[in-house]
Amino acid sequence: MIEFHLDASSGVPTYLQLVQQVHQALQIGLLEPGDRLPTAQQVVASLAINPNTVLKAYRDLERAGLVRARPGLGTFVVGRLSRTDPEAQAKFRTSMTAWLRSARDAGLTAQDIEAIYRTAFRDSLAEGEGVA
Amino acid sequence: MTVALEANGLGKRYGRRWALRDCSLSIPQGRVVGLVGPNGAGKTTLLHLAVGLQTPTAGTVSLLGDRPGSGPAALARFGFLAQDAPTYSRLKVREHLTMGAYLNPAWDTAFASARTEELRLDPGQRAGTLSGGQRAQLALTLAVAKRPELLLLDEPVASLDPLARREFLQTLMEVVASRSISVVLSSHLIADLERVCDYLVVLVAGTVAVAGDVDSLLASHHRLVGRRRDPLTLPSDQSVIEASHVDKQTTLMVRTDAPILDPGWTVTPVTLEDLVLAYMRRARDGAVELSTGLAAVQ
Repeated sequence: MIEFHLDASSGVPTYLQLVQQVHQALQIGLLEPGDRLPTAQQVVASLAINPNTVLKAYRDLERAGLVRARPGLGTFVVGRLSRTDPEAQAKFRTSMTAWLRSARDAGLTAQDIEAIYRTAFRDSLAEGEGVA
Repeated sequence: MTVALEANGLGKRYGRRWALRDCSLSIPQGRVVGLVGPNGAGKTTLLHLAVGLQTPTAGTVSLLGDRPGSGPAALARFGFLAQDAPTYSRLKVREHLTMGAYLNPAWDTAFASARTEELRLDPGQRAGTLSGGQRAQLALTLAVAKRPELLLLDEPVASLDPLARREFLQTLMEVVASRSISVVLSSHLIADLERVCDYLVVLVAGTVAVAGDVDSLLASHHRLVGRRRDPLTLPSDQSVIEASHVDKQTTLMVRTDAPILDPGWTVTPVTLEDLVLAYMRRARDGAVELSTGLAAVQ
């Protein structure tokens, strides 16, 4: 069993915070297949949030194949997170490091780099949506 | 689907002043609705009209399909907690429960006594000597024990300290989770509403500034920051809620269901508080002024 917490100042919607916390718990092995998530009523009673928010988070997790609701019993972890290929991760980290080094050599500040990254990240997402 | 609260052209005038004017709303059942607005916006008036404590000057209102004052059966279907959670200060906690059982046909004795025990309320204590938080919890217990389909709460947590406020909302949400009750609560504490509400009604100066599902409202509003420009150059599906300009920069809050693709804008999500404040300012100051004569062309 895990306990949820909320960061009100993060700007991340509440249901997404719950989803992310389950993801994190799965990633570090705190939750494993067979484990039960707290009931909506338990979450609501501890966080004082809308029950629909909890149900929405659980539906999201269910759609992602990570949990399954068993009527009358609760919501159980059934899936594991598919980990990204570590080799791919290493490859992109290397090219990102090289890019960052050349950006700094060109005189860009940390803020410049962050602004470029954010804009490019958003543009690539917008492209993806445009195609879909 | 039944509608929890419906208002059509509802208005209430005190002397020359309209406390509520041309208010039209249709709030679905099964939601936790936040009724927000500055002081004097008409929140209390709207709730009083809905439960039949006052009669409208214009228009109609109904709760769960019933018109106010249509009899005891209609009264049994909703619970109303007036501002500052009034209790009878000379009556003991136990006597409040006895009275509740006597006055309400569907009274849930088991819930009422279990709840007062959980809250560690002394049955022999007079309500007048309870703390603000305890009194609010007692009033909520009474309202829930009558087994309503809909609970209306007027500023239930405004006068409570932060801990009592959190505990009150925990109780309320637990009740919503276990009994599938619809709730309408008025407040000007947006942080509290953000946690508990999934539907929002913003009331300003007696009229509805915006109403809708919280998630869809948040998903469709964005803050745009970019080089100074005229809001009129935006695509027609983006409506500007708020605009401010300095020297070289324009900041907008826009409402749109389509993605914002213009690379000239830095787009960030808005919080519920940003959204509520923008609509409040807009209702107070009038719609966004269009900065050029282009307005005439449209």
